[in-house]
Amino acid sequence: MNLKATELRLGLPGTDESQKEYSSFVKSNKRSSEGMDSSCNEEECATAPKAQVVGWPPVRSYRKNVLQQQQKKSDSDVSGMYVKVSMDGAPYLRKIDIKVYKNYPDLLMALENMFKCSMGVYSEREGYNGSEYAPTYEDKDGDWMLVGDVPWDMFVTSCKRLRIMKGSEAKGLGCQ
Amino acid sequence: MAYSFPEEVLEYVFAFLSSDKDRNAVSLVCKSWYEIERWCRRRIFIGNCYAVSPQIVIRRFPEVRAVKIKGKPHFADFNLVPEGWGAYLYPWISAMARSYPWLEEIKLKRMVVTDESLELISKSFKNFKVLVLSSCEGFTTDGLASIAANCRNLRELDLRESEVEDLSGHWLSHFPDNFTSLVSLNMSCLGSEVSFSALERLVSRCPNLKTLRLNRAVPVEKLPSLLRRAPQLVEFGTGAYSAEIQTDIFSNLVEAFSGCKHLKSLSGFWDVVPAYLPAMYNVCSRITSLNLSYATVQSPDLVELISQCPNLKCLWVLDYIEDAGLKALSSYCKDLQELRVFPSDPYGAEPNVSLTEQGLVTVSAGCPKLQSVLYFCRQMSNAALIAIARNRPNFIRFRLCIIEPQAPDYLTLEPLDTGFGAIVENCKELRRLSLSGLLTDRVFEYIGTHAKKLEMLSIAFAGDSDLGLHHVLSGCESLRKLEIRDCPFGHKALLANAAKLETMRSLWMSSCSVSYGACKLLGQKMPRLNVEVIDERGSPNSRPETCPVEKLYVYRTVAGPRVDKPDFVWTMDEDAALRLS
Repeated sequence: MNLKATELRLGLPGTDESQKEYSSFVKSNKRSSEGMDSSCNEEECATAPKAQVVGWPPVRSYRKNVLQQQQKKSDSDVSGMYVKVSMDGAPYLRKIDIKVYKNYPDLLMALENMFKCSMGVYSEREGYNGSEYAPTYEDKDGDWMLVGDVPWDMFVTSCKRLRIMKGSEAKGLGCQ
Repeated sequence: MAYSFPEEVLEYVFAFLSSDKDRNAVSLVCKSWYEIERWCRRRIFIGNCYAVSPQIVIRRFPEVRAVKIKGKPHFADFNLVPEGWGAYLYPWISAMARSYPWLEEIKLKRMVVTDESLELISKSFKNFKVLVLSSCEGFTTDGLASIAANCRNLRELDLRESEVEDLSGHWLSHFPDNFTSLVSLNMSCLGSEVSFSALERLVSRCPNLKTLRLNRAVPVEKLPSLLRRAPQLVEFGTGAYSAEIQTDIFSNLVEAFSGCKHLKSLSGFWDVVPAYLPAMYNVCSRITSLNLSYATVQSPDLVELISQCPNLKCLWVLDYIEDAGLKALSSYCKDLQELRVFPSDPYGAEPNVSLTEQGLVTVSAGCPKLQSVLYFCRQMSNAALIAIARNRPNFIRFRLCIIEPQAPDYLTLEPLDTGFGAIVENCKELRRLSLSGLLTDRVFEYIGTHAKKLEMLSIAFAGDSDLGLHHVLSGCESLRKLEIRDCPFGHKALLANAAKLETMRSLWMSSCSVSYGACKLLGQKMPRLNVEVIDERGSPNSRPETCPVEKLYVYRTVAGPRVDKPDFVWTMDEDAALRLS
């Protein structure tokens, strides 16, 4: 900031100050180096490459907190939703990105191809009864659920891992 | 012979005067009217807690029943006022506890409230009814427990947007079993879970409960139980509005909402699962106020909901609504008066949603009653602002935040002077204005010339010289609050318009170019102002006089210099002020 040694007096400001060119209008008002927002943690800095000015944009902190949590969720959206898939009897697990699939039939077809098994068709009443294998998943609460019960979008956000169970074991899940 | 009414008659007549302006006018007529009026004034509004002292207030108005006090400057909301600055409630409560035993209402904004103060309130005022703590801080849930336990006639407990140290949800259980007077409870800012059964019983036994704003911790499946116990509710705020989709939860919600025939206002909606929004459709036709500013749902879901609310007057929403959603809003909600659009990703470099100036133009065209706007966006043009101004000359509040500081008109790369100029020229009733974008001194010339009813102006990263500030201070006749940050304003306009500052509540200037010497001069010349320098770099005396101060807060006062200043606040020419008082 250009500090002129101005004469202090109680008088009207003159109009001799020349208008600055817009293009040369230096963004020197931003105290970005001194004014790093004290609440700016590493995560915020990582997502916002620009240096943050204290208190700008003028958003209240309780709003910022809500949005930060939402940001974390959407960040995981961007990076893909990889979950482990195990199959009973298989020697090792696989990993798939469930975001790649648009709906249950797509997912089931991919699993059937990957593991060379058949899981049949889902029905609300019977689950996958009658099939050799049945797909199950662990949800956010840690419970093992049958794949297909909830709307697809809900499944994608709550699925933590998949397990392809032997049909005989899955009988319990399919019954009403 | 002069007519004279008996005092009782005058007092009876004065009781009909509710506005402070009228009462102040009455008290200036003659000494006897002053005396009569001061004994019968029941409500006091103190816009700046440091403009007057508790002792002065109590001495003049001995029979007060309701106080409203505001503390920190508005920019404290954005972390520009350092921690420990002031605005302590305790001295007020301690004085009022002795002198106003019949106090019923305390409403505070941006004050520091301690548990000690809350406990003193709960024990000192036997008929205490209303506690509103807006954007306050400094207390814990223990303080709330005192209020709950001791205020037998409590009607309102509203903690809106306060920062509460949440030790536990147990405070709610302190309302006694025979406590039934609750009309309004807003606990939306709290984090902890309260005992749900205690909440259920409280709601059940308070038949006059009209407002219930829950906190995020109350899950959606518990809502029907509360709504069923309070079908008379007018204002309701949900908790987290998400759960695994289960048909029984959904149908319970539908039924419970349907039972609330008087619901006008909805809020809450943290973590919304869009599939649960239709549960409210039955009440939407009566809804006049909707706060969806935590709802991170996409535009189509928002539009679905809004299209059911033809009587909507007030909408707060995230920018997920996008231009398309605002277009829908403008066609469905012809009664809309207030719109606030908040940014979902304020720090992102690139726009994450398709919300531009067009959304605001559309709403201003389609909603004839729109008078109050807060709009965050990433691009603006003079053409759009001119269109908005012509569409909607009835704006009284216009707050625009273009996220990038000093962003020019994105079409022409010019400053946005003419756009904002059109706003102040067309909107003759404008009372509040917040500027943003690339602005030169010219915009201030427009503001000084046209904004004659403007009471509050917020300026950031704008202007070229003191001439800009001079236009505002000399032209805006109704100006009460001026807050400025990061502008190249020095001392010239301030000193030339020093007298103006006595007609205003306050002036805030931070990261500007006002020198320490100028602040001292202003303090010396204006003994009825507190000229306070806020500087965390240590005493301004340790730097040259020409060095600009970090922050300056100037306000008129009859209480003299503050006696509770922290070590980073200095009152200019304190000695002279003390000598004069």
